[in-house]
Amino acid sequence: MVRHVIAPVDELPPGTRKFLTIDERPIAIFNIKGEFFGLLNRCPHQGAALCEGPLIGLAQSSDPGAIEYTRAGEIIRCPWHGWEFDIRTGQSYCDPKRFRAKAYPVNVEPGAALVKGPYVAETIKVAVESDYVVVEL
Amino acid sequence: MNIQFRDRPEPASTDVAKTSDIKTSHIKTSHIKTAIADCDIHPARATKTELYPYLAKRWHEHLETYDKRPYHGMMEGPPYPKAQPNASRRDAYPPEGGPQGSSLSFMQQQHLDPNNVVLGVLNPLATGQGIRNHDLAAAICSAINDWQIEKWTSKDKRLKGSIVVANEDGAAAAAEIRTRAGDKNFVQVLLLSRNVEPLGQRRYWPIYEAAEEAGLPVGIHAFGFGGNPITASGWPSFYIEEMVGHAQCQQTVLASLVLEGVFERHPTLKMIMIEAGFGWAPSLSWRLDKTFKRLRSEVPHLKRPPSEYIREHIWWTTQPMEDPERRDHLFQLIDWIGWDRLLFATDYPHWDYDDPSRVLPAGASDANRDAFYLGNARKLYGIV
Repeated sequence: MVRHVIAPVDELPPGTRKFLTIDERPIAIFNIKGEFFGLLNRCPHQGAALCEGPLIGLAQSSDPGAIEYTRAGEIIRCPWHGWEFDIRTGQSYCDPKRFRAKAYPVNVEPGAALVKGPYVAETIKVAVESDYVVVEL
Repeated sequence: MNIQFRDRPEPASTDVAKTSDIKTSHIKTSHIKTAIADCDIHPARATKTELYPYLAKRWHEHLETYDKRPYHGMMEGPPYPKAQPNASRRDAYPPEGGPQGSSLSFMQQQHLDPNNVVLGVLNPLATGQGIRNHDLAAAICSAINDWQIEKWTSKDKRLKGSIVVANEDGAAAAAEIRTRAGDKNFVQVLLLSRNVEPLGQRRYWPIYEAAEEAGLPVGIHAFGFGGNPITASGWPSFYIEEMVGHAQCQQTVLASLVLEGVFERHPTLKMIMIEAGFGWAPSLSWRLDKTFKRLRSEVPHLKRPPSEYIREHIWWTTQPMEDPERRDHLFQLIDWIGWDRLLFATDYPHWDYDDPSRVLPAGASDANRDAFYLGNARKLYGIV
């Protein structure tokens, strides 16, 4: 696991996502209502840029006739074939046994801690007084 | 360590209603080294008036005053909403604007170049087919054919067009095919699966006669505007029923073509079943043959069991690829149909696109793989 400093927190306000490439891996970082999530931007089904899809909720049924709509904005729907994945875990809701999207832990760390390392941040200038988004992969 | 940020627009909100605003990355996520044919590409018009240069002035005014009257009611386009915008990949919007599939340069950049497509067959779906005013239907179809040359095939030699025709007007359709016969911009005649009557019936025979005369195969693509319910048991509730119903519709089309004797009348005619699956081919053929033994005297114009006409006259595009859990089941299916009969297709830019690097499981021989991706299409379409 290597921890990469991605951006100052204020560059990724709630409701935005950031696309980047780390060691040739396409990654997307999401800020959903103040929580941060990271996913490999490649659908495990046929390879589409998964993270460009819409964020939707989860419509499920416990009994015939009863539909619960939960997790609004936490399910990513692939821009090609519409497969749904849980942005927290990468779990597929279409074929969970065979497919899982790759999820990466994302945290917010204070600059004061980051300057001590060990982090990789050569493209970001870290200031002690700010907070930063950090992804582990 | 190397971190690179890409310069691209970012979505402004997680609001579901706004997600169609998400712009594309233009990034191809897989690369295929071997050359392929794509036998189902859908070109679109960037604007509503893009066809005007190819239509007589009277039709401009007619369209603006009366618009089109399709067989299936007061709707333009297919009757069921499509789950993705324009039934297309959300990452396929051209950067210069317009709907997915409307820009040649973006099609080259996103699809033809990275996927190494050396032969791409254009199948325009929004044409004059299914319009009740047959003169307008013929005029729009002819305009679409001119437009394919001007916008696509003359600008990129990898692309070949399909002659679209006023499907419910046999005489006009045959005339359009004869006008285009010998034009190397076109490699097939294109029909859709939903018509006023099953496609083997005699109102459509002039189309087959002209196609055979021109040496062109006839492609039959899923969808269409015949006005009948889109399943054999009526109008379904869900889009998913339309998606899986194409296989059922195509079976009625193929049964009609065989049983009406189209292939007895046109022994050199070749037909392509486009975007309707192929897993059902063995079952339909077995059922036809079994019933033919009992009811042969009803259709004495058939000289052979129905399955023989299917094996001899029919080719199949692959997308949306059959996807059984066990790949040996897929290979058994293809063995029955024949590795020489499948034509690889992506359906670009539509949302149920098949990626060429992911479609065919490991285990096919090199010869079969080459035939599947390119050889069969080259042979059928006569493209060296």
